[in-house]
Amino acid sequence: MFKKTDQTAEMLKGTLDMMILRTLVTGDAHGHTIAKVIERSSEDVLQVEQGSLYPALHRLEDRGWVSSYWGTSENNRKAKFYRLTASGKKQFVHERNRWRQMARAIGMVLGETPLKDEVL
Amino acid sequence: MSLRRLFRRNREDGDLAQEIDLHLAEEIDENIARGMSAEEAQRQARIKFGHPEHIRENLWEQNTLRFADNMWRDVKYATRSLLRSPGFTTIAILVMALGIGANVALFAVVRSVLLTPLPYKDPAQLVAIYQHMQENKDRNGWMPVDAGSFREWQESTQNIAELALITPFQGYNVSAEGGKLPEQIDAGWCSDNFFKILGVMPALGRNFTPDDDRPQAQATVILSSSFWHRRYSGDRTIIGKSIWLDAKPYTVIGVLPDSFIYSSPFGGNKVQVWTPVHYEAPAMLLNTFEDHEFLTVARLLPGTTLASLISQLNGVQRQIKADHPNPAVHDEVVGRSMLDDAVGDYKTSLYTLLAATGCVLLIACLNVASLLVARTAAKSKELAIRAALGGSWLRLLSERLTESLILSSAGGAVGLLLAWGALQWLVTARHDMFRVQSIHTGGAIFAFTLAAILFSALFSGLVSAISSNRKQIVVSLQEPSRTHSGGQSRAGLRKILLAVEVGLTVVLLVGAGLLLKSYQHLRTTDLGVPMDNVLTMRFSLPDARYPKREQILSFFETFLGKVRATPGVSSAGLVSTAPGQGWDGDYLLNVVEHPPLPHGQEYDVMSRGADPGYFSAIQIPLLNGRFLNDDERLDRGNVVVISESTAKLCFPGEDPIGKHLKISYSGQVVQVVGVVGDTRWSISRPVHPTMYFPIYGNNYSVGTVVIRSTQNVESLAMPVQKEIGAMDPDLPVSNVMTLRETVRTSTLDSQFNSLLVLAFAVIALLLAAAGLYGVLAYLVTQRRSEIGIRIALGAQRDHVLRLMLLDGLRPAILGLFLGLVASAAVVRLIKSMLYDTQPFDAIVFVSVTGMLLLVAGIACLAPAWRASRLNPMQALRME
Repeated sequence: MFKKTDQTAEMLKGTLDMMILRTLVTGDAHGHTIAKVIERSSEDVLQVEQGSLYPALHRLEDRGWVSSYWGTSENNRKAKFYRLTASGKKQFVHERNRWRQMARAIGMVLGETPLKDEVL
Repeated sequence: MSLRRLFRRNREDGDLAQEIDLHLAEEIDENIARGMSAEEAQRQARIKFGHPEHIRENLWEQNTLRFADNMWRDVKYATRSLLRSPGFTTIAILVMALGIGANVALFAVVRSVLLTPLPYKDPAQLVAIYQHMQENKDRNGWMPVDAGSFREWQESTQNIAELALITPFQGYNVSAEGGKLPEQIDAGWCSDNFFKILGVMPALGRNFTPDDDRPQAQATVILSSSFWHRRYSGDRTIIGKSIWLDAKPYTVIGVLPDSFIYSSPFGGNKVQVWTPVHYEAPAMLLNTFEDHEFLTVARLLPGTTLASLISQLNGVQRQIKADHPNPAVHDEVVGRSMLDDAVGDYKTSLYTLLAATGCVLLIACLNVASLLVARTAAKSKELAIRAALGGSWLRLLSERLTESLILSSAGGAVGLLLAWGALQWLVTARHDMFRVQSIHTGGAIFAFTLAAILFSALFSGLVSAISSNRKQIVVSLQEPSRTHSGGQSRAGLRKILLAVEVGLTVVLLVGAGLLLKSYQHLRTTDLGVPMDNVLTMRFSLPDARYPKREQILSFFETFLGKVRATPGVSSAGLVSTAPGQGWDGDYLLNVVEHPPLPHGQEYDVMSRGADPGYFSAIQIPLLNGRFLNDDERLDRGNVVVISESTAKLCFPGEDPIGKHLKISYSGQVVQVVGVVGDTRWSISRPVHPTMYFPIYGNNYSVGTVVIRSTQNVESLAMPVQKEIGAMDPDLPVSNVMTLRETVRTSTLDSQFNSLLVLAFAVIALLLAAAGLYGVLAYLVTQRRSEIGIRIALGAQRDHVLRLMLLDGLRPAILGLFLGLVASAAVVRLIKSMLYDTQPFDAIVFVSVTGMLLLVAGIACLAPAWRASRLNPMQALRME
C-alpha cells in the first residue's frame, strides 16, 4: 500500500482509508491533491501508491463515506472531487480513536510515553 | 462492490480513465514546476503513478462478481456459437421442448389427480371397503357390498373404526317448480355419519342426524353446492324449505361446501343431492346379504390400520357366509385408501403415460447429447488448442454445460407453453376424469419444469463433456490432419447413446401398438345392432304419481305411439336399457324341463324389458320363434325372448321355443317364445346372456325409447322431448344421446391413451431416425479419405454401401434387441389397460421390429449411398 524507505508500509495496512478521510476533513479534494496532502503532511515519509488510491476512493464512495462530483481543478482541468459525508465524518472519528488506542497500546508495550494529540 | 457499479462498469471505467489522466497531468505540471524537462516530467509522473491499465483492471474486477462474469461470458459465447448454427439450435430446442413439455403436462395431471390428498379431514385415515367372492377375485375383486353385512361389520368394529354406508347410484325426478324445468338428477343415499366421517361440514344448514336416518323420519335432503347454485341460484333461504323429489316433498337441511367431492370406481362424482339411506332404502334391501348395492367408507380410529380392520371384517364375513351359505353372499372383504379408490381407474393409464413421456424426455436428451457430441467433435481442434494454452478443463466443461443449459432452458420455456396448451386441451377432452378440473399450474409445476431443465442440461451436457476429456484433447492435437480414425471413439459414444435411444423407442412403439390394437378391437366391437342414426332417451315414472300398473302402461303406449307418429322417425321402440348403456339386473334361472341345478349353480341371465316393436326398431335379428306380442302384458307377461347366447347356455343342442324358465329368486315361471341375436350391455365387456320380458308387464317403470331414423336423428330429440313434456310436465328425460355417442364415451379412455402413446412413439421414432442419420453422416464425413482410398484401390461401390449401411444399422439392431427385451418386461404392467389383446401380441412385436428396421434402414441409406458414390479423387484431394 505504501512504498517508502522501510518495511513499515506493511504495518500501515488499512490506514489509507483513514488518512483519505482525514484529508477530506479540511475540504473537498481530487485524487491528486489527496495523495499530495498525505505525502506532505507525513513529511514525505508516506508515499501513496496510486494503484491503491483510486480503488480505495471508490470503496469509500460505495460505503457512503465520501461522495463525488465533477469540478474544475486549480489548473483548470476537469476533475473528480471527493467530499466527506456525515457518516464519513463519524467513521473517521471512529477510526482515529481506534488508531490512537492501538498506537498508545503499542507505545506502552514498547515503553515509550504516549503520543500527544496533534491534529483536530 | 455495489450492484450500481456492476451495471455501470463501463461508465465507471471511463470516469476512472479521466481521473487518472488528470492525476498524471497535475503530476507533470508539478514536475515541470520543479524544473524538469517536459519528457522527464512525464516519465517521472508515469513512474510514480505506476501502470494505469493495471489500476483500471483492478477496479474493474473490484466491481465484478468473478463467478457471474465467467458465467456471463460463457452464456455470451455459447449463445453466439449456437446462433451460428441456427438449424441445429432450432432442432435441439424443439426436441427439448417436446420432451420437457410432455413431461410437465403429465406431471401436472398426475399431481392433481393422483398425488394431491382428497379434501377431507385426515384423508390418510379414510378407507373404502369392498367385498368379493374368493373364486372371482381376479375378475371382480372390488364389488359393492350388501347392507346386511355392513350392519354386522359396524357392530363388530365400533372400537376400531367408524363405518358409513352409501349408495351413490340413485336418482330422483325433480319436479317443475317456480317456473323451473323438471329434471332427473343423480342422487346418493348415505348413512347419517357419512359427512361426519369425511370431516365435511355443510356450508349452509346442518348435517344429517341419527334422527333423520330412520324409516319413520321426516324426508330430508342435503344439496350439493353446484345443484344449489344452478337450480336455486344460491338462495340462502332454501334451508328449511321443501323441494319435490319423485313427487314427494323433502326438507332441505343443508348445502355442501363447494369443495366437496366424492368419487368411486362406481361413480358418485355426479351426485347432486344426498338423502338418508335408512329413510330411503326398503327394509328388505337393508337386511339382505344377497343384494350388493352399497359402498362403504370407513375412518380408521387411532391405532387401527387398514390391514387390522380388514382382517377383523373378514372374520365377521366368514361367519356371515357360514350362516348364509347362499351363492350370492360374498365371502371376502377387501379395502384400500380412499384416494386409491377414487383414482384407481386412472392410475395405471396416467402412470403409463408418465412413463412414456419420461422415455420421450430421455430420448430427447440423448438426441441433444448426441448432437452436442458431434459439435464437440467438430470443435476438437479448437478445444485442444485452448486446453494446450492453459484453458482449465473446468472452464471448458462449464462452457459445454452452459451450452446445454441454454438449449434446455429455451426448450423448457417453449415446453412450458406446450404443456399449458396441452393441459387446456386435456381439461376439455377428458372432463370425465376425476378431479381433472383441479389441474392447475402452480409453483410445484414450475419447480418440476426447472428440475426437468436442469436434468436435461446436466445429462446432455455431461455426456458430451465426457466425450472430450483432457487426454483426448491432447491426442487430437497429436493427430495428423489427415486422419482415418478421427473421432472414432466419439462416434462410439454416440452409437451407444443411439442404441439406448432405439431401445426406448422400441418400448414406446410396442406399448403404442398394443394400446392401439386394443382400441381398434374396442372400436370395431359390434354392439349387436347397427349403430348409425339411433337416438336414445331415458325416463323414469315416479311411483308417487303413477301408482297403478295401468297408468304406466298407458303412458308407455301413448308416448310410443306419439313418437312413432313424429315426422322423420322410421321406427321406435321401448326398452328398459339400450344396448351399450349398462347392466340391467340379472336373475339366476333353472330350465323347468331339465333336472334342477344345484343351489348356486343356476344360469345367470341378464333381464331387460322390451315392447313388441323394440327388436325390429333397433334391428336385433330374430333367429327362432317370434318376437313378443302386443297382448302379452300385465298378467299375461310371463313370456320371454332370449338371446342367442342364452339359448346356447340353457338349451344346448335343443329347441328352446315353448320351454320354460324358472327364476330362482321369485319362483316366477316364464315361457320362451323366441330367440334373437346377442347385444352387448357394455362395449368393453363380453356379451352376457340376456332375456327380454314384455315391458308392458313385469313392473317396469323405467323406459328408454330408441328411435331410428334414416338421417340426422339428433334433430328428433327436441320434438320427442316436447311430446314427453306435453304428457307430464314434471317428467324429465336423461341419456339423450345416439348409440354412436354411447360407444364413443365408453371407448374414450382407450382412444385417449392409445393415441397419446402413439404420438409419443412417433416422436421417438423420428428422433431415433434423425439420430441414426446424424451419426452415420458424421462417420461418413470422418472416413471420407479412407473410403476414397478403398474405392481408388478398387473396392466395389455396393460393397462400400453395404459396409456403411451395416455400420449405421449396428446400433439400431442392438437397440432393437434391447428394446424388445425391455418391452417384454414392461408390457405386463399395462395388461389391465388392454381389451381383448394379449401383452405378448406377436403381430405387434413383429411389426414394430419391421417398422424400426425399415425406418433405420431409410435413415442410414442416404449417408451410406453418398459414401458409395464418393469420387475418390475429390475425397483424397479434400485434405
